[in-house]
Amino acid sequence: MLTVENVTKVFKTGTFGGGSLPAVRGASFEIRPGEVTSLIGESGSGKSTLGKMILRLTPVTSGTITFEGTDIAGLKGKRLREYYRHVQGVFQDPFSSYNPVFRADRVFATIKRSYFPKVSSAEWHERVAASLESVGLNPVDVLDKFTHQLSGGQLQRILIARALLLDIKILVADEIISMIDASTRVDVLNLLANLKSRGLGVLFITHDLSLGNYISERTIILRRGVVVEMGATQKVFDNPQHDYTKLLLTAVPRLHKKWEAGLGPEQEAIGVGSEDGGRPGRYSRSSMHPLAAMHTRKGRRAQAAAAEFDTAAALVRTDTYLRTHEEVPPLVEIEEDHFVVTSAGAK
Amino acid sequence: MGLKVDHLRICYRTLRGDVTAVDDVTFDIADGEIMGLAGESGCGKSTLGNSLIRMDVRMHQLGGRVELDGEELPISDAKAMRDFRFKQVSIVPQYAMSALNPTRRVGKMVSELLRSRGFDYKSALPELERRVKLVGLDADILRRYPIELSGGMKQRVVMIISTLLNPSLLIADEITSALDVSTQRAVGEMLLEFRDRNFVKTTMVITHDLSILAQVADTILIMYAGKLAEKASSDVVINSPLHPYTQLLISSLPEVGVRHDEKTLVGIPGRPPPLLNPPAGCRFRDRCPFAFDRCEAEPPFVEVKPGHSVACWLHADGVPPAGGAEPC
Repeated sequence: MLTVENVTKVFKTGTFGGGSLPAVRGASFEIRPGEVTSLIGESGSGKSTLGKMILRLTPVTSGTITFEGTDIAGLKGKRLREYYRHVQGVFQDPFSSYNPVFRADRVFATIKRSYFPKVSSAEWHERVAASLESVGLNPVDVLDKFTHQLSGGQLQRILIARALLLDIKILVADEIISMIDASTRVDVLNLLANLKSRGLGVLFITHDLSLGNYISERTIILRRGVVVEMGATQKVFDNPQHDYTKLLLTAVPRLHKKWEAGLGPEQEAIGVGSEDGGRPGRYSRSSMHPLAAMHTRKGRRAQAAAAEFDTAAALVRTDTYLRTHEEVPPLVEIEEDHFVVTSAGAK
Repeated sequence: MGLKVDHLRICYRTLRGDVTAVDDVTFDIADGEIMGLAGESGCGKSTLGNSLIRMDVRMHQLGGRVELDGEELPISDAKAMRDFRFKQVSIVPQYAMSALNPTRRVGKMVSELLRSRGFDYKSALPELERRVKLVGLDADILRRYPIELSGGMKQRVVMIISTLLNPSLLIADEITSALDVSTQRAVGEMLLEFRDRNFVKTTMVITHDLSILAQVADTILIMYAGKLAEKASSDVVINSPLHPYTQLLISSLPEVGVRHDEKTLVGIPGRPPPLLNPPAGCRFRDRCPFAFDRCEAEPPFVEVKPGHSVACWLHADGVPPAGGAEPC
């Protein structure tokens, strides 16, 4: 339904725009109706940029995003408004999505003004109430309230209800639950999962693998703007192929399982000895998960550090390749609906 | 020795009345222990943490006392606390990313800090560099500006600075929430490392993320609406919690491997009561599926098993659980 094809986004950096920072490189995927697709990546991986490009909040540098056969880059005026009738987004911070001066239900009024000016207000109230109920809110509790009177979960659900009032087909949910309390978080997640039964396509952008795994049908793993692995969620999680995915999975804090100690004899590799009194075993695992090691050092030193880890060697190869090559290595299908980037050292 | 907090009550004075954010809180942390403090936003966990190091002008101590290594902490006396801050009590603040002075190189900032406490930067430098290396950063980080560091690096730098004088108590407030999973792990393991090397004696980790606590904490304290709900070793809290709030909270967390199609998790309906004029009795009563008539009285926070304390009538002494059914 919505296809992202070979999309690249390069930001200009530096005082006079001399530098360039590729935020997304050659990303291709599609969002299908009735499915939740999660886009998982660490900070700086370009996941939010992709979401913004789909919502036309920032233009693409190259590549095309097509929605039902039309390229969205050229949409203007009335046609752009029609696009937004079908594609909507909800963002991370529910408190800054609202103007605190006005009541929270003003978001519904603005929708009516732009899209449904002819609907009578009695009918509109019914529609709003029905929409609120469909996201699990009681209209009496939330209408006529200011934002500070509502919880983060309620505000986030009001935004989803607002999107549902339109004839929405794609919902871009960018980290929508990271600011919500744990006790109500899962309700918003369940709501997203239920939306797909209405035939909606949801793009769920998150850094949290467990959340992605919980609700999505398809998973896309992004690393430095490049799709390194994608496919059916179960295949990606049960049989991760790319080293990056594997490493990410080992770093996730779990409730019932401790982080695995020691990733190998890597402590010497990164030049931090155990001679100064600490317990060597603890120390090695403490300082350096390979991904964290790569975060703290730059360029060659990061590679030198990470190359020593068996597990990360192939990841370093991918990174090096990406740094030295303009084009992105193609994805190969290793099993049905499971793609991995090639220079990743997949078996 | 460790930290002893005894019937501590902290309130915020507002125009509409007192908001008691920490209400009659009693607990202690032993030497070498990492205690996790978890709860929803607005449950008073950060207030509790901040009150142990620096009371805000709006904050008032209504009662209780705090003892660190056998010495009373004068927490409501900002001036007297100055002798303790950084030396005996230290904090890694929430949003540590913005705690660094952007106009100073990291080393310069540390030297200014040390001077203000009467220490010499030069003599502390070898130790500082050793610790910087210990957490996997390069020593040349001291010559860099904060803007040149990533979020996880800043977080680690702030933690090194906070613990440089080997404080007895370290309060780590939401130190992992803004980080990526891989950096979260590095920071979490750094907490363990610092404890093992006796850089800090007792640590209090404040977070809303129970899975991080399951990794690093020895004991977990759950707060709800300003009160203590449950305290036990982390294995017990995660695997066999007794308080209904803890049970529901843990069962609502999605884990890697849990899928919506197979198992739909449920949240806890409702929201915490307002702390301005909170309702009498158990504060979780309105959201609790096991609530019964006794919950109209306030449940005592009692030790039901060695090292396991709960504030719930279902588990209070001599009271059989309602309907004989053990919640699961």
